Amino acid sequence: MGRRLWHPGLYLALAVVLALGLAPGVTGGQGLRESMFTILMSVGLASSLNILVGYTGYVSFGHIVFFGLGGYVGFYTMTQLGWPLPLAALVGGVAAGILAFILGRILLRLRGAYFALATLGILEAMRAFVTNFSPFGGSIGLSLNFSAYRAYGGANEALWLTYWILVGLVVLTVVVSYLVRKSKFGLGLMAIREDEHAAEIMGVRASRAKTWALVLSAVIPGVIGVLFFFKNGSIEPSDAFRLNQSIELLVMVMLGGQGTVLGPVLGAFGYQRLRGYLLTSALFSDIQLTIAGVLLLLIVLFIPAGAVGWLRRRIPRLKTVLE
Amino acid sequence: MDAGQLLASTIDGLIIGLVYGVAAMGLTLIFGVMNVINLAHGAIIMLGMFGVYLLFQTVGLNPYLAIILVAVAGLVVGLIMYVVAVHRVINAPPLSSLLSTFAVNMMIIGLATTAFSTTPRNVNYSLGTLEAGPVVITNSRFAASAAVILVTAGLYLFLYRTRPGKQIRAVANNRQAAELMGIPSTRVLAFSFGLGTMLAAVAGGLIATLFSFTVLSGSTYEVKSFVIVVLGGLGNPLGALIGGIILGIMEGIIPVFISVTWVTVIEFLLFVLILVVRPQGLLGARH
Repeated sequence: MGRRLWHPGLYLALAVVLALGLAPGVTGGQGLRESMFTILMSVGLASSLNILVGYTGYVSFGHIVFFGLGGYVGFYTMTQLGWPLPLAALVGGVAAGILAFILGRILLRLRGAYFALATLGILEAMRAFVTNFSPFGGSIGLSLNFSAYRAYGGANEALWLTYWILVGLVVLTVVVSYLVRKSKFGLGLMAIREDEHAAEIMGVRASRAKTWALVLSAVIPGVIGVLFFFKNGSIEPSDAFRLNQSIELLVMVMLGGQGTVLGPVLGAFGYQRLRGYLLTSALFSDIQLTIAGVLLLLIVLFIPAGAVGWLRRRIPRLKTVLE
Repeated sequence: MDAGQLLASTIDGLIIGLVYGVAAMGLTLIFGVMNVINLAHGAIIMLGMFGVYLLFQTVGLNPYLAIILVAVAGLVVGLIMYVVAVHRVINAPPLSSLLSTFAVNMMIIGLATTAFSTTPRNVNYSLGTLEAGPVVITNSRFAASAAVILVTAGLYLFLYRTRPGKQIRAVANNRQAAELMGIPSTRVLAFSFGLGTMLAAVAGGLIATLFSFTVLSGSTYEVKSFVIVVLGGLGNPLGALIGGIILGIMEGIIPVFISVTWVTVIEFLLFVLILVVRPQGLLGARH
């Protein structure tokens, strides 16, 4: 294991994450921290989704449901039960994992478009349900009392703490993503992606492997949800379960290269930087959505393997370096 | 429980369900023929709404005549969209066509938001109302139902009685075999896609005569179309119409008994349930 861990495929991806993650620590700037929070959050979510979409070949429109549910459960324990952030984050992750396990048992027998549609249905049903669920505050949602930050030594300290937990979490995500890709379990997932029947004949226990892939891809988004909404100070159904955000994650995975470790990291970074640039530039802010659409279309049509996949194919020597 | 109110809600739901059905027919036709889920469906519905709105507002054209023009425009938009965004990914894994059509969705919504902002609009054109006891229905709803029946009948005559229609069904059934029989499959696929977006645009136009709408309204109806398509069976246009009626009636009746906010929860749970228990839909998928 030790020798396998020391592979450029892993430490390149980790280097990118750490460079991004540590930058605000060096400058101490809150603005930089905020923008890095957004980027790292996307890296974590996209890398998790990649385990399902990239490795296993199941397209989900509803992945953000784990982020939203984890966020809600964690937020509930913090605001209503007064639990500390780390414990709440853990509970959020567990809740997302349990939901993923149940959904995996029920939904993963569906293939292709049917599975994609079912995940969309789950997301919409969950949003509609939470909108009606009074313990979670219904359509208004929940909000954090400002004094809740005092337990962490003030708002600023609390936000830095949240940030550092996120950095650690994203590092963990990348390591997990790498280990899955290199493991026998991951090999089974990729066999399912290529041909599920053949994989089963080869001895892959597909339904179990798929369910664990879904659980694995759900836990970290659940934790990230808690961190994000703690930083945000409030949570409401339309923020927690946004279909567009789910689709944006797919875009990031595709952009960087599905089924690779580095791909979702670069994809999330590239997408968020581009979006930030388009939103703030005077020329493009009005039609940023259109420009993003044009770029997405060009990538899907002409570089379907994403940036990392394209590099691996064009420069064969990189295959030993990029994973 | 007031029986009159229940009757009124049922009729209202039925009529709105018919309109939903047209939108869903477009989605299911495209899926049935080429296995592509068109994520720009809602954007096309929105274009249909604004097409009717603009023709009515600027030229003063009768909204129902405007829908005919909008239908033609919907067909053209679909043909262009197929050539630009769909043809290259038609044989790629599903993620590709999902993302390419979503990219088109982003472009259309982005441009439309710039042009029209997100303020609500409505087509201010009334045909009066019809009253029968407790039931009060606007005549525009009857006009919409008549239009739906015309469109559905037209679609079925086209698919079953004309040569291009039969070609579409042949390609849907087995593209390779159809090609071997000398059917120009690319042309047929492009045309089917256009037909699907045409139905979306018509549905948008009809919705514009019934409700107010914004640039972002399309996505609501797109998601409803997904539910309906699954209810009726993926790839089955007539099933889509019936699925639409079921959804419409549910939306009409459920609020009589419980809070209207629960309708969506029930809708989507039913949607997932049907996918899991009976993925071929209530009426069976057709290819």
